[in-house]
Amino acid sequence: MSLLPYFVAGWLLLIGCFGVVRSRDLIHTVVCVAIAQSGTYVLLLSTGFQYGASAPVQGAPGPVVDPVVQALTLTDIVVSATVTALLLALVIQIAKRTDTVDPDKLDELRG
Amino acid sequence: MTRSARWIVFWLGAGGVGALIVLALLKMPSFGGLVHPYRELSVPAAIGRSAPNIVSSVNFDQRALDTLGEETILLGSVVGAAALLRPSKDEREQLDQDEGRVLEATKLLGYLMLPVTLIVGLDVVTHGHLTPGGGFQGGVVLATAVHLLYVAGSYRMLRRVRPKTWYQVAEAVAGGAFVILGLVGLLLTGAFLANIFPRGVLGDLFSSGTVFYLNVAVGAEVTSGVVVLLSGFLAQALSVREVR
Amino acid sequence: MSVDPSWLPPLGIAIPVVGACIVLGLAKIAPRLVIDIVAMTTAVVSVAAMALLFAATSAGRIVTWVGGWTPKDGTSVGIVLAADQIGAGFALLACVLTACALSYTWRYFDDAEAHVHVLILLFMAGMVGFSLTADLFDLFVFLELMSATAYALTGHKIEEPRSVQGGFTFGVVTSLGAYFSLAGIGILYARTGQLGMPQIGAALDRHGMDALVLAALVLVLTGLLVKAAIVPFHFWLADAHAVAPTPVCVLFSGVMAPLGLYGVLRVSTTVFGGVLPFSSLHGTLTVLGIITAALGATLCLMQRHLKRMLAYSTIAHLGLFLVALATLTASGVAGAVIYVFGHAGVKGALFLMVGVLLARKGNVDEFALYCQGRDERLTKWLLPLGALALAGLPPFGTGLGKAISEESSGLVVLFVLVSAATGGAVLRASLRIHFGLGPPPEDTDVDTTKGEDEEQEGRFPQRLPATMIGAIVVLLTGGLAVGLVPMEAIGEGAQRFLDRAGMLAQTLDGAPAATVGGVDVAWTWSGVVLGLLSAALAVGIGFVGVHFGLGRLRAALKTPLHVVHRLHSGHVGDYAAWLVFGMAAVGALFVIT
Repeated sequence: MSLLPYFVAGWLLLIGCFGVVRSRDLIHTVVCVAIAQSGTYVLLLSTGFQYGASAPVQGAPGPVVDPVVQALTLTDIVVSATVTALLLALVIQIAKRTDTVDPDKLDELRG
Repeated sequence: MTRSARWIVFWLGAGGVGALIVLALLKMPSFGGLVHPYRELSVPAAIGRSAPNIVSSVNFDQRALDTLGEETILLGSVVGAAALLRPSKDEREQLDQDEGRVLEATKLLGYLMLPVTLIVGLDVVTHGHLTPGGGFQGGVVLATAVHLLYVAGSYRMLRRVRPKTWYQVAEAVAGGAFVILGLVGLLLTGAFLANIFPRGVLGDLFSSGTVFYLNVAVGAEVTSGVVVLLSGFLAQALSVREVR
Repeated sequence: MSVDPSWLPPLGIAIPVVGACIVLGLAKIAPRLVIDIVAMTTAVVSVAAMALLFAATSAGRIVTWVGGWTPKDGTSVGIVLAADQIGAGFALLACVLTACALSYTWRYFDDAEAHVHVLILLFMAGMVGFSLTADLFDLFVFLELMSATAYALTGHKIEEPRSVQGGFTFGVVTSLGAYFSLAGIGILYARTGQLGMPQIGAALDRHGMDALVLAALVLVLTGLLVKAAIVPFHFWLADAHAVAPTPVCVLFSGVMAPLGLYGVLRVSTTVFGGVLPFSSLHGTLTVLGIITAALGATLCLMQRHLKRMLAYSTIAHLGLFLVALATLTASGVAGAVIYVFGHAGVKGALFLMVGVLLARKGNVDEFALYCQGRDERLTKWLLPLGALALAGLPPFGTGLGKAISEESSGLVVLFVLVSAATGGAVLRASLRIHFGLGPPPEDTDVDTTKGEDEEQEGRFPQRLPATMIGAIVVLLTGGLAVGLVPMEAIGEGAQRFLDRAGMLAQTLDGAPAATVGGVDVAWTWSGVVLGLLSAALAVGIGFVGVHFGLGRLRAALKTPLHVVHRLHSGHVGDYAAWLVFGMAAVGALFVIT
């Protein structure tokens, strides 16, 4: 199927959200956010692919795949890593202050 | 909200969003196609600037502002994580006396791999404009090399070799260097982040103008940033203790 | 001194980053005073640069192709920055608010190792970049820069469990929204092969509207609507404001959330302006705005935690701004922008005054502070004044913006009631705290967050430092000045903002900046009358609230309010579910209208 990679990307995005909604552990929530983002990597890289083309380095024979989406994905990965680090730092502090990482048990902010 | 209410809300939304995404994806150009307009523009532009690694050229020359933003996000997140992981008012850093045992095999492998990883990292950073790689990738490799000291040795050993202040200053200097290079471009040619250094011959180490120097600056920044980031997490796990 | 105006947008981004790097480098070796001076200097230089940019935009839109990649044949590989009066105005607002926030943190704010200074400066860089860029992926990058620094700033008070919890939910919801936006950008790239907003707009004009473009629209707008705290993407804002340090709340309410609305309008007009029917965009945004305004106002009246009350009033006002922007006319856009600027000054001053109460009394709970504020001198008079300004009292900028927006959108009743409700809630709190009016409030509700157990934000001396008072006064006078100073520049800017053809021509074909007509942005008699009416209503609501309290109001509307309250649970799974539901709802709205 020539559209399969795009559907995989969409699936990853939605399954990441599904994971966040049903999560019982904040670290699981953070990982699900990272999964949702990996859906965007798949989407970007798939749009740039061309059958029979090689890596975007000069000296490679023939046409090359789209280098711009690879640059965008690189930016995306850096953003993801740093945001994941921040969220995990927050989880550590939540665990220390409230002795739990279960979202159902955190009820400090209501109304 | 109760769990079941949450599910109802989610499934209603997911149904709608899923339907929309499926309808959209059916209209996408088929995978592996031939039409890539941005590529047709950016590959010749990169070759024209003597940067064989087109992705690096896109990152540091054509769309350099995105990379500036990305490097600033890294800087901000490292500082943010350091702020969030700081010892709180009733905590102090206390190193444990008992460091645990490291297997001899791990020690050997670690000490062997450390110089190899360092060299690989430096290679990836400095040749980022010629072969796949670059500042971000190489920076992470270099930071991993530093932490092989923790894996193969001990936390104390890592702390001795890794004075956090120096890395923080290095990060600030490298991050500032990126922007200063851009400002120099602004002053000399009227365009921020313009490629002002000599292009050189395709394939040389000192070619493709500012791409090389920005690569090195980013490599330094990512290395120091990741080391500072991991130092916060390691401290929380290993040395931050509550003190009454 | 003549600086080429096209230098100013990149300088606006570069100066805060350089300043942040210098502060970070000096963090462990320089004393606190040096850090404060360097940070403040950076902010002031940025204000000067953005003021120059704002002045330069009166001659026309300033277009900068970063790296010198000027377009050939209508395309380019580079990134374009396009500044008109509205974008430059937002950038200037961001820098001014940052300077005031840094003034508030001067010397006494708890900040070992200069983290807060670095984060605030990087946050400012993100906001300036966001308002000046005309490239869609660059917009995403600066959105993430704003967000990442905001997460860390929100959770800064790590000893407080609710701070880190609020920062976490904020982080998860905003990140998910941003990733959906990125997916939308990816889809647009697949269709058009371009990343710059003018280029994508031109390419979409050729292709026309279909399911893919609609999906891309919904996806891209998701991240921006989350940032703008529009219902049902708004849940994070109250939690984040309740726990973030006070100067950070000033920035969030004053400029970060309105920037989300700016992004929504910028993307939907420039990128999709050629293919999206007017009725569709107008209808969808108006519906979203009305729901947000009504919900925000209702919840605002229900609060006892002062910062949370101000947060819900921000949500209500964001709804009003969106209703005004949804008219897609120059007067609506100009009214919304003036309203944003006035609101930023007034809301910022209100947040700082709550910060003063926290510093003096250690508490931000309306019930616990009952009668405690009678000995205050400054806030006793400025807080009620700020509340009335929030309700739209002339000649404050909020009143002017409200007047123009009401007239342009026609929904006068909504504007009057919502602004009166929010102003009335704050006034009620002030009457209880500073004047001790009404019976002692009963502690009966369990659904609302209390404002007790708040960590102190620093070691403040008994006599408030001049830098803190100065920040409050500057912000409040700024809000007043927006209403008094002639704002034709904004009217012209709004016209230019909506001039899509002109923008495409100037950025892609290098056409010179065109002159556009302006729009009348002066006070009218009806505007003054309606402003006074809102203020009077706010006074009424304040007095009624003080005497009857929350208990009677709650009993009258028990069940629906209980349901709405339960929805705002602080649970990250709930917020994510509403995010997905909201995306489907927005998509449905676009199709229906």
